[in-house]
Order: sequence, then C-alpha cells, then structure tokens
Amino acid sequence: MSKSSKPTSEDILAQANTLRWDLGREFHQRLVETVYGEAARLADRAVTRPEKKPRFDFDRTIDRIVTSRIFGFPIMFLLFALVFWLTIAGANVPSRWLSILLLEKVYPLLHAAATGIGFPWWLTGLLVDGIYLATAWVVSVMLPPMAIFFPLFTLLEDFGYLPRVAFNLDNLFKRSGAHGKQALSMMMGFGCNAAGMVATRIIDSPRERLIAMITNNFALCNGRWPTQILIATIFIGALVPPHLAGLISASAVLGIAMLGVLLTFVVSWALSRTVLRGEVSTFSLELPPYRPPRILQTIYTSIVDRTIYVLWRAVVFAVPAGAVIWLVANIDIGSMSIAEHVIEFLDPFGLLIGLNGVILLAYVIAIPANEIVIPTVLMLTVLATGMSGVGQGAGVMFETGTGDTLAILQAGGWTLLMAVNLMLFSLVHNPCSTTIYTMYKETGSRKWTALAALLPLGMGFVLVFLVAQVWRLIEALI
Amino acid sequence: MAETQTTLGKEACENCPVHHAANLLKLGVDMKDWDFVVALAGNPNTGKSTVFNALTGLRQHTGNWPGKTVTRAEGGLMYGERRYKLVDLPGTYSLLATSTDEEVARDFILFGQPDVTLVVVDATRLERNLNLVLQILEITDRVVVVLNLMDEARRHGLEIDDRRLARDLGVPVVPTSARYGEGLDLLVQTMSEVAMGQIVCKPYRIQNQPPRIRKAIRELSAEIRKAFPDLPNARWVALRLLDGDERIAEALRKGELGDLTQAPRLETPGEVAIGPETAS
Repeated sequence: MSKSSKPTSEDILAQANTLRWDLGREFHQRLVETVYGEAARLADRAVTRPEKKPRFDFDRTIDRIVTSRIFGFPIMFLLFALVFWLTIAGANVPSRWLSILLLEKVYPLLHAAATGIGFPWWLTGLLVDGIYLATAWVVSVMLPPMAIFFPLFTLLEDFGYLPRVAFNLDNLFKRSGAHGKQALSMMMGFGCNAAGMVATRIIDSPRERLIAMITNNFALCNGRWPTQILIATIFIGALVPPHLAGLISASAVLGIAMLGVLLTFVVSWALSRTVLRGEVSTFSLELPPYRPPRILQTIYTSIVDRTIYVLWRAVVFAVPAGAVIWLVANIDIGSMSIAEHVIEFLDPFGLLIGLNGVILLAYVIAIPANEIVIPTVLMLTVLATGMSGVGQGAGVMFETGTGDTLAILQAGGWTLLMAVNLMLFSLVHNPCSTTIYTMYKETGSRKWTALAALLPLGMGFVLVFLVAQVWRLIEALI
Repeated sequence: MAETQTTLGKEACENCPVHHAANLLKLGVDMKDWDFVVALAGNPNTGKSTVFNALTGLRQHTGNWPGKTVTRAEGGLMYGERRYKLVDLPGTYSLLATSTDEEVARDFILFGQPDVTLVVVDATRLERNLNLVLQILEITDRVVVVLNLMDEARRHGLEIDDRRLARDLGVPVVPTSARYGEGLDLLVQTMSEVAMGQIVCKPYRIQNQPPRIRKAIRELSAEIRKAFPDLPNARWVALRLLDGDERIAEALRKGELGDLTQAPRLETPGEVAIGPETAS
C-alpha cells in the first residue's frame, strides 16, 4: 500500500512552512477575499432583485425605533413591565384554583386515606404533610406564572426582539468590561439561572464567560418571582388604595428586577477590574429579520419544553426539601424542635440585618429551589410563634389567602422593613443548588463556583444590613 | 370525469418520489443503528434548528437570535427503510477563523465524516451564506444546500434561480420554508438520494486564486496525496496548512487525518465517486 517515497507528516509540515514563507502574510487575506468574491459572483447569478427598493422597509423601521438612543430603553422597559404585569395579574386566578384543588380538596383526602390505611402518624406526616404539601405548593404557586411568562418571553424571542435588547445593552456591558453577548445569557437567566449558565457558552473568551456566569444570579429567575410577587402584593400593594395595588406591586417587582440588572453591571465592572482583568473582545451581532411569531406553536412548545421542564425540576427538589422541613419541625431536642432551636439561634443576627431567624433558616432549607422559600417561611413562622388555629400543624407547609398570610407574618413580628429586605435578599443571595452544580459542571472549577455562590451571599448580607440601618435611622428621626 | 381525474391525480402522486415522504418516520432521539449520519450546518439564524425539529420531530428550542444552539444536538429519522442520524451543528459564518463554534462545526464535518451535510442557507442573504457553503464544499462532496426562508425571500421580492445555483455549486439545492413545512419532503428525498449515492455531487471548488498561491496549493496537496492516497480533501488540508491552521497541523501530526482515510464507507449502490480534484 505504501510507497517507499511516502512523505511523513513532518515532511509535509516542513514543506508547508517553506511555502508559507514564500506566500507571505497576505495569504489569509487573499484566501478570504477569494471565497467572498466567488460567493458574491455565484449569488449574483442566482438572485434577481426587485426592480426598485420597496418604499417601506418594515425591519429597518422597527429597528430604528427599538434601538434608538431615545426610545430604545423606554420601550424595553415598558415591554418587560407589560410582560411582568400580565404575569402577575394573570397568574392570580389559576393559582387560586390550583391551590383550592391541591390543598383544600386533595390534601384532606390524602390525609384521610393515609390514616385509613393505618399509616403511623409520622409516616403520614412525612409523606402527606411534608412531601405532598411542598410539591403541591410549588405546583400551584409556580405553574401559572410560568405558563404565562415563558410563552410571552418566547414570543418576544421568536419575533426577534431579544437581539435588539442585546444591541441596546451592548455598550453598557462593554463599559463594564464584559462581553456584549452577556445580555443574552442574562435574558436567559430571567427564565432560569441554570439555563443562563449553559447559555454563557456563546461567549468565547473564558474571562468574559466567567463574568457572565458569576453575575447571572442577578437576573431574577423564575423561581424567585413568586416570592417577589407575594411579598410585593401583601406588603407594598397594601400601602396604596386597592385600585393602584396591582400597578404598584408590579412596579416594585420590576424595580427589584432592574436593581438586579444594575448589580449585573456593577459586579461585572468590579470583577473585570480586579480578579478578571483583561481585554474586552469585540464581536459582531447580527440583527436577524423580524419574523411573525407562530403563536400557537410557541405557546405549545414553551409550555411543554420550558414550563413543564422547570416545574419538574422544582418538584424534584421540593420533594426532599418537604421531607426536611417536616423533619426539622417535628424532631424535638429537649422541649423544642430542631427548627425552633435554629430559629432562636439565628434570630439575633437576623433581626440585626432587618430579617429574622425564620427567613434565614428558610433560605438554608430551601437552597434546592427558591420557589419554596415562602411556604417554608410561613410554616416556620407559625411554628415559632406557636399560633393556634392557623395552618395545619408543625412541619405543614400551607398556603392561605393573602390576607391570612399578612396576619400570620404580622403575628410573627414582620414589618415593612422585613418585607423589603426579604425582597432584596431574594434577589441578592447565593444561587440555588441546581445553578451552582451547573456552573461547576460547566467550568470544572471549585474556586470560581465558590466565588459565584459566596459573592452574592456576602453582598446580600451587607445590602440588607445597610438598608436596615438606614431604615431604622429614618424611623428614629420621624 | 371528475372521478377519473382524481384517480389519475392519485396515481401520478404515487409515482412521484416525493409521495414517499409520507413514509418519513420521525424518530426523535431514538437513533440506534443508524445507516447514515447527516450533519446540519449553516450560518446562525437561518433556521437550522427549525429544519432539525421538522425532520426529527424533536422540539429542540428554537429562537430568533444568532448563536442560540451552543452544542450539537442529535436526533434521528427514518426514511425509505434507512435510519438517519441528524446532527445539528452550531451556526457559523465561516470555517476559516477559529472560535469554539466554528471548531465544533468544522471538526464534525471533517472528522465526523457525515454521509451527507445539509447546509441551511438564508435565501434573503445568499451572498454571505454562500461563503460557508463554498468552504464546506472544499471539505466534503456530499452536500445538499437547503435554501431556507424562501417565504421571507418572496416577501422581499427576491427571485432565486435554485436550478442555476445547483448547477453552479455542483450539489443539489432544495428551496424550503421550514417554519411552514414547505419543501421538506423534497429535502428528505434529496438527502436520501445523496446518501445512497443516487445523486453524485461534483462540488464547485474555487480555482481562480493568483498563480503563486495555486502553485503552492498544487505542490503541497500532491505531497499530501502521496502520504494519504485515500484522503478525500487533500486540497483543503493543503489550504489549511498554508494558512497556518494549528488544529489541522496537529491532526496531521497525531495521525488523525490518516485515520480519516481508513474509516469504512457504507456500502451503497453506485458508490459516490470522490469529486475529481481538477488539477489546479
């Protein structure tokens, strides 16, 4: 098969090097030019353009408006405000139906069935009060907003608006020393931070990719909205007359989301000037043509692929978390349960930073999924205050009307400050364990993963502490 | 009369090869024992993922922004008793420069040795899209150009002579609007014909370089052909080496390129002849 004169790989490489020397530097340029020239020639032969340009260019016209210096940002802001408002306003009713079905109808049935079969009390507690309730809560609180948000977001994406957002934000990211494409991974993060972590793969430079990963957590993810929405509705919406409540709470949530975007820039800027110093890479972003969204298909796929997928993951994490919550509330050491011991221990520190022990413990227990923070808080509050007549007992997560929720939280010593700080802390704290794990898998680095987890947590503590001090100072002055 | 016509129409349909597209079976991710591997390449945002989903019945997330597919996605389909594995590559503008996306795409086309490469192009931006097509034609012969987004081209009043384009490129060109399912039957049909060797491609290769460059390419590719007589794209390898492509030099050193020549080709009726390397 082989001839004796067969050149080796090294011979070929050596010859290539000699030839390259002769060809000179402009070879690459020539090569590219030739390909482009040929492409242009062939395209020209095949394409017949219309005689005259159409007078009205739809894409250009829209682009001129949505990426304009004056209107670009307001339009972006209004569009997202609209999406948030539709999500908040639209999710209420189906959420209520689901909770009636899962919590008021199915839950007693399950309880009765378990007792009927003759389960010992602790097994019924663990399975029905712990695991089932946690799952049911997650489903009823998360499903409706996600089923509204994801299709809306996907429609914007399908239409071609997202690259325009990236275009608008590009300059800001560049000035923060980050990559313009980070706008796209941040957008993804608004849906789910774990998905945002994967989306950073579009960024080639490792330095800028790390910045995008570490700051992705500041994009308020889907799991944190129910918290934001609920707290904004019952504490902030309650400050204004009822007809304004929806608008004001939506603005509060949007404000938190915007604070997240601001923090993204600030932290990107700080990182790119300290531990992740380096050149900003340039890239060309193609603005794709606007395409009429296929509405039904988008709704179908975004519900099936995104909503059910994210919901399923939340359920998977809610199951063990439900069990843990029930256990810490029901295993006693001395006269108190583990949960009560921990709350008592954490309370002084919690109160100092304008939160409380319950919230801190809830964040520890709920690390797998941000969406179960509120139910955990409610359950632990009832447990800690020893309220009677509310809820279903130790370790039982429950949902009640917003009025009852307010009553429970106020009995637990909650103030407006605590509500505001909870909203802030929900935005600025460690990412959920899925996101942390995803980042570890993507980077393979413990160091960077740890930084991504601990940096926002530390910032969160500082932030709520400062807010609490200023708040108290103002309160004292008034 | 009307009835006869209907019957006639039906018969005509059954005789038409496109009719068999009805036998297309979307296998989703079930792609065991595939007979052919099909790569799906193209510029970003040309609807590759939409074509991929339409052919495999999968619902890989699609979005209207470039760079959305960051890894390769795989799916399967069955057509005419044969199983095809479809690999959706990240969208790239070229295979010349080096970014991760381009490397993934190029490595797959080069080392993965797909039986067919579908290059999805945006009919409204043909000139820029052909850059990639021409580069892919340097690496592999068995290419089908998917002239996608024909609906948008029509909307912009563009007329595209797909037959002339096919003649110029030396590979089949299939106009489609994947979003609306237009032209996919013919695409699957063409893909299978190329895979089975019923269509023999004679890809267009750029010849009009300056004489000095042409001479260098000729000398080096002759040398490469001597070392690896079965290598299908010696000319392209020569080009890459002359361009100082470290990845290809590395592949040559490690013998990965040598392995390419030994990869068993599927036995198909009328085995595709390697495109004649017209002396440059």
